Amino acid sequence: MSAAASITAALELAGVRKSFGNTEIIRGVDLAIPRGERHAIIGPNGAGKSTLFNLISGRFPASRGAIRLNGEDITRLKPFQINRKGLSRSFQITNIFHNLSVFENLRCAVLWSLGYRYSFWHRLAGLADARQRADEVLEAIGLASRRERPAGLLTYAEQRALEIGITIAGGADVILLDEPTAGMSRSETDHVVELVRRVTAGKTLVMVEHDMGVVFNLADRISVLVYGEVLATGKPEEIRANAAVQEAYLGTIHEDAAHA
Amino acid sequence: MRYQPINLGRWLIWGATALLMAVLPLIFTQGFAITLLSQMGIAIIFTLSYNMLLGQSGMLSFGHAVYSGLGAYIAVHVLNLASKGQVWMPLSLLPLVGGLAGAFFGVLFGYVTTKRAGTTFAMITLGIGELVFSCSLMFPEFFGGEGGITTNRVFGQPFLGLTFGPGVQVYYLIALWCLASMAAMYAWSHTPLGRMANAVRDNPERAEFVGYDTHKVRWFTLIISAFFAGIAGALACINFEIVTAENVSAIRSGGVLFAAFIGGVTFFFGPIIGACLFVYFVVALSDHTKAWLLYLGLFFMLMVMFAPGGIASLIVMQLPVIARGRFRSLLPHYARTGAAGLLVLAALVLTVEMTYKVSVDSANGTAMTLLGVDFDAAGTLPWALAGVLWIVGGWLFRRAWLRLSHAWGEIQAEIAGARA
Repeated sequence: MSAAASITAALELAGVRKSFGNTEIIRGVDLAIPRGERHAIIGPNGAGKSTLFNLISGRFPASRGAIRLNGEDITRLKPFQINRKGLSRSFQITNIFHNLSVFENLRCAVLWSLGYRYSFWHRLAGLADARQRADEVLEAIGLASRRERPAGLLTYAEQRALEIGITIAGGADVILLDEPTAGMSRSETDHVVELVRRVTAGKTLVMVEHDMGVVFNLADRISVLVYGEVLATGKPEEIRANAAVQEAYLGTIHEDAAHA
Repeated sequence: MRYQPINLGRWLIWGATALLMAVLPLIFTQGFAITLLSQMGIAIIFTLSYNMLLGQSGMLSFGHAVYSGLGAYIAVHVLNLASKGQVWMPLSLLPLVGGLAGAFFGVLFGYVTTKRAGTTFAMITLGIGELVFSCSLMFPEFFGGEGGITTNRVFGQPFLGLTFGPGVQVYYLIALWCLASMAAMYAWSHTPLGRMANAVRDNPERAEFVGYDTHKVRWFTLIISAFFAGIAGALACINFEIVTAENVSAIRSGGVLFAAFIGGVTFFFGPIIGACLFVYFVVALSDHTKAWLLYLGLFFMLMVMFAPGGIASLIVMQLPVIARGRFRSLLPHYARTGAAGLLVLAALVLTVEMTYKVSVDSANGTAMTLLGVDFDAAGTLPWALAGVLWIVGGWLFRRAWLRLSHAWGEIQAEIAGARA
């Protein structure tokens, strides 16, 4: 990576590797994602896309290499430390607070960013800013009518929307979305694409996605991950035209795009 | 900005609670009733503090008596120093000393126990409980050995005419601290830390990804919980004027788990009910029968099997039925099931008490009294009666239960239909 890239990049990976036992899952990934870009990571199952997200967000430590957020090294930080620095992620398998209401889910997601930390001297009901921010997000993800419902009782599509809501509520400027449309119908998918476009406006977005329709619709640039290595990075039309990608992967792209 | 409409319902409930606590000793004036009420007040604080961990934060502790017990020990030493005039400490503020002591040990032990949640947490609390209990035998200067540390709560000049000698004065001291602690713990459950404790209970991983260090959330919660446990410990020290190793024992820790579970851990008021029932079982029932532990164990088993949400959930289950106006139609079913249940209970009590008399207590003869009726436990007639009660009661109960379940199911379907 050039020095210029590391200054401007919102998220930068340099020589990132990860092994589980003797198996190397991520085999040296270099990636620089400039501020404000919508970046999609595609690749066949088992390519290491979710693992890469887990390394970036601090769920697992990287075996080697460096990960920088806005130029700052976050490689060895814990998930909550990375989150406090302005990176937030969603999960492929819905990861919400099941027994809390939808509104409480969102309020929990904004408390730290508003500076309430571990306070036991503020009354939640008195925190107008937290309530307002949670209600804004509630409105944005279209769940206002479900405000008081326990999150565990929502439909799958509603839970996925809440998942995105929790991810963006804290105001992070780098957003990682792990398969936001997985398991959704066509109309639900269109809805989510619209939602993602709206709530991540002006932010840096990195997403893992299998639905090629969604990828080519949303992404400014695409990286193709195959066997833990970046095969190619470029604009959607470049990726379509890339010979190596065609050889390794494009059949699937056409297939997916066709039935998508 | 901060304007909140006054929550009338909440004020009514708290007002009624305060009123109830104030008038109860005027209605039940016997010494025994005052003792019972005092112990209930202490148990309410202790059980609510325990439920901050179990119900609110998902931490199953097997060593909560460590904090109440050590709080009690520090309190008893401070009380003894105060009565010698070596430190200034009015009796009414002693619970604060116990609370701070509890919180101090919460800082110390909690840092280790809260590093992990789930089974690991439970195991470490068990270990620390055993550790502190074994210390109580190793350091007799502090723990008083097998005899414990005794004290006298009456010292110095009366404060506003209060000597705290009579039990009823101690009751009101306990009641005041109990009310304040209940209010404070309720308030805690509506703070950022309280809500994040719920979040960490539900999904610790997600809590980390919205910026929270789950270890700190659990640790700070435990410190506050230990503070209230310490208050309960100091009040127990004032009430009994003795603190023994039993105060830090696994029996105490298990008891509070019992109480919280019976009452119901998912609702704030559940442990209050559980604490009162538990104290009633332990104090009142143990006066009447040697088999009280057996009854307590059976009751606990029935609760776990048939009402895992505790008594609080049984009450809350009725609310939608009442709102729908169908509670009245269930009442005859409840009455029939209850009456049949009483027959089964009578059969159980008769069998258990006669068995105890014959097998454990037969040295003084087999004549016994139950509910004012004298009879011979070795005779055939009482056993035959027990058998009949079992059969008739069991049959009636089964019938009533099936009809109750049927009626309940119909009403639930009706409510679900109205919602859809």
